[in-house]
Amino acid sequence: MSETNNWEPKIIAFLCNWCSYAGADLAGVSRFQYPPNIRIVKVPCSGRVSENMIMSALKSGADGILVSGCHPGDCHYISGNYFAKRRFALLSNLLDFIGIEPGRVSFSWVSASEGEQFAEVVHSVTERVKALGPASRLVKQLDAVQAA
Amino acid sequence: MPTINKRISEEIRAQARKLLEEGEVAAVLGYGAGSLPMTVKPLVVRRPEDCSKLIWSAFCVLNLANYLPAALKSVEPPRGPRDPKHEGPLPKVAILATGCWSRNIVVQIQEHQVARGRVVVMGVGSRGMVSRRKVEALFPGLEILAVEEGDHELVVRGADFAETINRWSVVRDNCQSCTHPDPVLVDLRIGEPVSERKNPNPFKQVEEIEQQSGDERWAWFTREFSTCIRCYACRNACPLCYCPTCFVDDAKPQWVGKSLDAVDTGLFHVLRAYHCAGRCTDCGTCETVCPMGINMRLLTKKLNKDVLNLYNIEAGMEPDSPLPLTTYTMDDPEKFIITELTPVPRAVKEGK
Repeated sequence: MSETNNWEPKIIAFLCNWCSYAGADLAGVSRFQYPPNIRIVKVPCSGRVSENMIMSALKSGADGILVSGCHPGDCHYISGNYFAKRRFALLSNLLDFIGIEPGRVSFSWVSASEGEQFAEVVHSVTERVKALGPASRLVKQLDAVQAA
Repeated sequence: MPTINKRISEEIRAQARKLLEEGEVAAVLGYGAGSLPMTVKPLVVRRPEDCSKLIWSAFCVLNLANYLPAALKSVEPPRGPRDPKHEGPLPKVAILATGCWSRNIVVQIQEHQVARGRVVVMGVGSRGMVSRRKVEALFPGLEILAVEEGDHELVVRGADFAETINRWSVVRDNCQSCTHPDPVLVDLRIGEPVSERKNPNPFKQVEEIEQQSGDERWAWFTREFSTCIRCYACRNACPLCYCPTCFVDDAKPQWVGKSLDAVDTGLFHVLRAYHCAGRCTDCGTCETVCPMGINMRLLTKKLNKDVLNLYNIEAGMEPDSPLPLTTYTMDDPEKFIITELTPVPRAVKEGK
């Protein structure tokens, strides 16, 4: 495909309001550039991000998904990210189990003071997704739906 | 000498009659004979004289815990939304439970769906339930008219054949890999307790898939779930699925499309399994009720394996401990977090 050369992945990033979103803000203020492939969805806490939201993003054609919250111990709501940690551990294993490529769905902790780290996370996530190519697994394709 | 299950049936009838006659419980949740060979149906007995309808066999595959919240509700005195709360204790319900079903009841208690004080658990040690599908697969093209049950063998009869088969060979996969056949919650013991089963590797089926490559696993997943007709029998038969509005019925946002598209069915199964994470007791009912013979139990089994490996918890074993996903420890493993970060290239860093 000739389009593949110009293909840029769309990555949905669920960032928690208190740390990772502020980290993204700091990256901007500090002029650390990062790839423009991410589309940020601000959520109150990484504990708010449900499996439904992640799978829905995948279904709707996101090539990559990044969920980022406060470092464990730093949660604005004391323990939201600890619960999220357990849930994401199981979800990423389950997605791997059914054959979704590792790297499609990524998780990270970025604090409000880690502007540079945020840029690095976005860089590495974008690199990983670019290496994987466009998402096809569990992505809803219109022609397939019409055929079904 | 009557078979073990015949003796258990007799004991269930006697105990159920006693409970109902003494007014200890308002209803007994058990099984009645089904209309086809190798089937049973769930039965709610409210009168002592109906207790003779209760049976116990190797085909009791539906999880009775699924009907428990509704059965408890049905015996409560009628109460309108503005009526005062009923005074005094509410009537109790007795329920038959083997290892996995009793663990489901424990999960229901942990999730406040069932009040412990209102349930009388009639505990039966499970010897493994027989898969109707496995028996039918042994006799392709033949109609099975009756199955007689012995302790270790089954006599399968059709119009012009009668064959004896080994019972354990047709026991369901989840029962064969079960390690806790004896109920964890017992108010009234029926029959003899069954000892913990030693199983060198209860997750063998899951590991066989894990060892494959990513592409092979994806091929397995798409193949396994391609026949799904979205009847939701797996969801409806599951005692864990009690949400008033299931995520598949949500319209805004619509998490999962309602078509038979492979992505929609795949998403449904992934999310359904995931919602059972840390709660599933591997009772195998989802797989048993599936009209298409899909092995969706492997997804929940994989989650059970991870919950056990990562958090050392098996669902429903301890009524007083919290469910794995409603608690945490400071040092939970976080292998899935990205650690290898690509440093930002210098040129980009300076905004060139």
